[in-house]
This record gives sequence, C-alpha cells and structure tokens, in this order.
Amino acid sequence: MTKPVEPNSFRTGPDESGHFGIFGGRYVAETLMPLILELEQAYRDAKNDPAFHAELENLNKHYTGRPSPLYFAERLTQHLGGAKIYFKRDELNHTGSHKINNCLGQILLARRMGKTRIIAETGAGQHGVASATVSARFGYPCVVYMGKTDVERQSPNVFRMKLLGAEVMPVTSGAGTLKDAMNEALRDWVTNVRDTYYIIGTAAGPHPYPELVRDFQSVIGKELRGQMLEAEGRLPDMLIAAVGGGSNAIGLFHPFLDDKEIEIIGVEAGGHGLDGDEHCASITAGTPGVLHGNRTFLLQDADGQIKEGHSISAGLDYPGIGPEHSWLKDTGRVEYVPIMDTEALEAFQLLCRLEGIIPALEPSHALAEVIKRAPGMRKDQIIVMNLCGRGDKDVFTVSKHLGFEL
Amino acid sequence: MTTRIDTRFAALKAEGRPALVTFVTAGDPDYDTSLEIIRGLPAAGADLIELGMPFSDPMADGPAVQLAGRRALMAGQNMVKTLKMVKEFRQGDPDTPVILMGYYNPIYIYGSDRFLADAKAAGVDGLIIVDLPPEEDSELCVPALAAGLNFIRLATPTTDAKRLERVLKNTSGFVYYVSITGITGSAAPDTAEVAASVAHIKAKTDLPVAVGFGVRTPEQARAIGAGADGVVVGSAIVGAIGDSLDGNGKATPGTVGAVLELVRELAAGVRASRKPVTPA
Repeated sequence: MTKPVEPNSFRTGPDESGHFGIFGGRYVAETLMPLILELEQAYRDAKNDPAFHAELENLNKHYTGRPSPLYFAERLTQHLGGAKIYFKRDELNHTGSHKINNCLGQILLARRMGKTRIIAETGAGQHGVASATVSARFGYPCVVYMGKTDVERQSPNVFRMKLLGAEVMPVTSGAGTLKDAMNEALRDWVTNVRDTYYIIGTAAGPHPYPELVRDFQSVIGKELRGQMLEAEGRLPDMLIAAVGGGSNAIGLFHPFLDDKEIEIIGVEAGGHGLDGDEHCASITAGTPGVLHGNRTFLLQDADGQIKEGHSISAGLDYPGIGPEHSWLKDTGRVEYVPIMDTEALEAFQLLCRLEGIIPALEPSHALAEVIKRAPGMRKDQIIVMNLCGRGDKDVFTVSKHLGFEL
Repeated sequence: MTTRIDTRFAALKAEGRPALVTFVTAGDPDYDTSLEIIRGLPAAGADLIELGMPFSDPMADGPAVQLAGRRALMAGQNMVKTLKMVKEFRQGDPDTPVILMGYYNPIYIYGSDRFLADAKAAGVDGLIIVDLPPEEDSELCVPALAAGLNFIRLATPTTDAKRLERVLKNTSGFVYYVSITGITGSAAPDTAEVAASVAHIKAKTDLPVAVGFGVRTPEQARAIGAGADGVVVGSAIVGAIGDSLDGNGKATPGTVGAVLELVRELAAGVRASRKPVTPA
C-alpha cells in the first residue's frame, strides 16, 4: 500500500461519503441504509442545534461528573524517573468509564429521531452498562447483546445491566465475544429497524457512527487542552491511550492531531504475542478488510474470514478497529504498538500500589506503554495517558491470573 | 448484454410462471456433497441457483444460513473452491443461471478484479452482495457490470420511493425484494403486503422481481409466486441439509435426496402459483 500524501489537517475527516482515506464507508444491508442516512441527517441537525449541545453539556456536568480531573501521577513519575506522567481520569465518570460520554450523546439522538427502543453490543460490559444507564435515565427499553464468553468473565457488569432494567442477551455464535455480539446486534437492528436505535459503543461501524462517536468522546481531549495549559502552561509531549475499537483513544487524540509536535501512541492488545492468533492487534498485525459496516484493519485469514483474536481484556477483544485509526496509522500521524497480557497485568498491579488506583485492564495496556516510554524521556517532558476505565469489573479476571481464590 | 439470467426470466415469462430460485451455501456440508446437490437442483425444479459464499460473520443471516456457512468453512470451503464448484457445475449445465451471494470481504481479499475475471470464466452469471449498497457502487457493482456480470440489488420494506430509484440504478438481472425487515429465514412474509410492494417496484422497472427471506413452504411459494417473477427459498433448503446430517455433522446417504425432494415440492408450488386454486 502506498502511503497517502500528508493532509493539511488531520481533523477534517470523514469526507462526504464517510471515508477516511480508503477506510470507513457504509457497508451495510439495504434494509439499514435508509436509517443510516436518516441518522446522518439527524446528527447534522443536532450539531447545528445549540439546545442539543446545551443539554449534552448539562448532562456531562451533572450526571457524568465532567470535566474529569487531570491528575499528576507523582509517585509513578518518581518511580519511572523520566517524563512527568498525567492521567486523564475518565474512570471517575458515572458508570466507571469513558463509555458514558458517547451513550449520552447517542440517546439524545435516539430521542430526536423518535425511536422507542435501544440496543447495544458490549464486550467488557462497560458500554452495556453505560447504554443501560442512559436507557434507564431516559425511560427506554434496552437490549444488550453480549458474547457468552464475556457474560461469564464479566458477571458483575451483567448484573449491573440487569439492575438498570436492561435485558442481556448472551450470544453463542462464534467464540461468543464482542465481534459476535456486534453481529447479533446488527441482526436485531435489521429486524426492528423502524423503532430501534442502535448505540454502537466504539468509533467504528458504518458512517456516520465513527464520526459521531468520536465527536462525543472528543470531550476528553478538549477538556485536557485547557487543563494542561492551566497545570503546566503548555501542551503535553506525548499522548497514550489503549485501542480496542478505539473510542477513548480517538476522543483523547482528535483535538491534538494537528499539534504535530505531540507524539501520539495507540496501544493495542498483544495478548499472548503477535506470532500466533492469540492477540487483538488489528493494526500492527492485521490487513485492511470490510466488516461491520466499514473498511478498516482486521485480523483475518487469506480467504477473508475474520479471526477471533484474544486479549485478557474483554474490552480490547475485537478483531477490528475504528476506521479513523486505520487512516491515522496509514498517514503515520499516530503510532500503534502492542502490549502483551502479562505486561498489562504488571502495570495494573503497579498502579494499584503506587497511586492507589485500580485501573481497568484496557488502560492497563496504555499504562504498560507509559512504563516503557517515560524512563527514556527528559524530566521536563510530559506524557498524558487516558485512564479510561476503573478496574472493579476486572478483579475476578486478575485474581484468576494471580492465582488468588475469591 | 444478455446473460443467462435474462434469458431464463424471458423464457419463464413466455411460459407464464414464476421462477424458483434456490439458495444453498457452497461447500455445505462438504465440497462433494454440495456439488452433487447443485448438480441435482435443475432437474428437481430450480430455475436459478444462488450459491452462498461462506463468511465468518454473516450479519444479515438467520441461524440456518449461519450454520450452513459454518459447516462449509469447517469442511475447508474457500473462494477458490467456490469458483471451482461453479466451473464443475457449468461443465454439465450450460443454461441454468448461477448467482454468487454473500458478503464483500472475502471478495475484497481475493481481489475484486481477479474475482470478477475468475467468476466470469467459471460461468457465474450474477452477484448479490449483501453489504454493498448503492453508496459503495464503485467497489464492485460498476466493475461487475463492465465485466458482463449481473449485479442484483436488494430492495426492502424500508426502501421508499425515492430510495428505490437509487437502488434500481445499476441493478441488473432481476431485483431481489426482501419480503421482511429482518434476517434470512425468520418471520413469514405477509402475502398481501408483499404483492403490493412487488407491484410498486414493477411500476418502476422492467426487470423481473424475485421475492425472498422467509419463504419456507410450497404453499408460501405458490402464494408469493402469484404476483412475483421469482420466489427465493434458502433457509428451508439449508435447514433440510442440516437435518439430514449425522451426529458429527457429516453428510449421510439421505442428504442429497432430502434436499432435492424439498426442492421438487417447492417447484410444484411455484408452478401452481398462476393457476386457480381448485377447491378440495
């Protein structure tokens, strides 16, 4: 693949047909096309409606608890002995992760469109919980599709969703993880397209989802810009975030894409290593293909069949990635690196002990990359990492890996 | 350009009956049994053959077609073998139209230009690609038409009058009307609603209109066929393949016969659809 010419701005995508370079697009069944076009129009209208923004800002502030703090991780910084490390604390949001930012935006769109039923897919359960939460808050019935494997390994979140009034549908097709949950959600949507709104949880899927999810998550990066200037009087030198589908990462990165002196790093799930199939590093080890409504980097075989992938983190266990990340990789603007399960587990434990924060396994991958980079940087340099989720949901998984009986 | 699909629909129009379009997944439950099934389909009454290209993530398919794809992939089916299967079928049958149906990714990975050339050479007549709406026509639709293949588009209950124009542009061979909002093999379609929708589409195009998704029985095929130019049956047929297998999911001596018997019954239903129902 030839490298695309570097654009004047990295922040103007997607184009009118929903493409970021060769990535993105609208690869969906005809039944869904009219609704996809309707959603695009509804989103354009909402973007130009001050009342929409005012309501979302109000909810972000009083319901979610935004802005999330920018925290200087002093002991971790001392421990690593290099760059100053800051965390954007989106794990302190209501529901415990960045997922609520997107769900609030989308539930307001669903209401504008007159839809009466919400569906969602979930891997780790964070997006399922956030979808169930906003559905409860706005009085909609909600069905969450979740792979059977994930239902078993994320049982606290399954119970949360049920408490919030959502129906959790375990998906048994395939390996019973996020990809299969997304297939099943798409099947529900195509069947109930007239009354149902599908809250996609990551910055992927058919246009306009990658764009609107990114925009709702960009509150992270926008807040950071002001907070950083206040704390240090300048912008950071490096941004690091974990990438599954990539919504927390694009939300952190997007406002800074044209600040070209800032190094930006996305961290993929390296699982047991990139040699075999036991990983989810779609960008590092995948190839472009078409799945779930968009063209993007995928883990697939020579016949175009999608592989299952593996990660210790259910939230990163997806064989694709948002199309804008694929384009950012292609243009060279963002660097993508894998982190292994074992490295993430070590980072997880280090943060618990040094900073008194139990992180989710997803940002533990980003943290492992921080641990690699910070010592080699000057003490006056600054890294900001998105601490996008808290780790309560992962204590069972971690205890199993550490041989601790709960 | 006249394809086997055009010729076949013209002949059936002259005959005054709708077409029976049968769907099976290539390589289900294994290559040899699958080839034997498709070789038997024309004599059993299938007028056009839709051959599914198995895909790991069939987003628009219900359980029956999902399982069929899984069986085929487990048995080692891939795009090279699917094209080989068409070629072997075509050696014994120069006339029956063959349409490849599936999802875009396996074609994209095979290489769209290489795929179109190899499909044409193997004797494929048309394509139905579920996840390529008109918005993505430049990917495969326009090149397919240039290569002499029909590109058959789906129209659905959510396709309004304005959208229909867009759907019909660049569509050739026939229009596939999806009779329900949903996945393959789910709810039974409402015959009266389907007839109205088919009439609506036929007012906008000279192309034949075939109806599928949810047609399972000879009676339904007969009722739907009264107003449509073709009736597509898929899930019921691949379900019959599934039901005929042994405990390990392997073909039995009864597999091919069970499938062809169902197709004969469906064909009888379709052939009776323009005839008055005789009171019992």
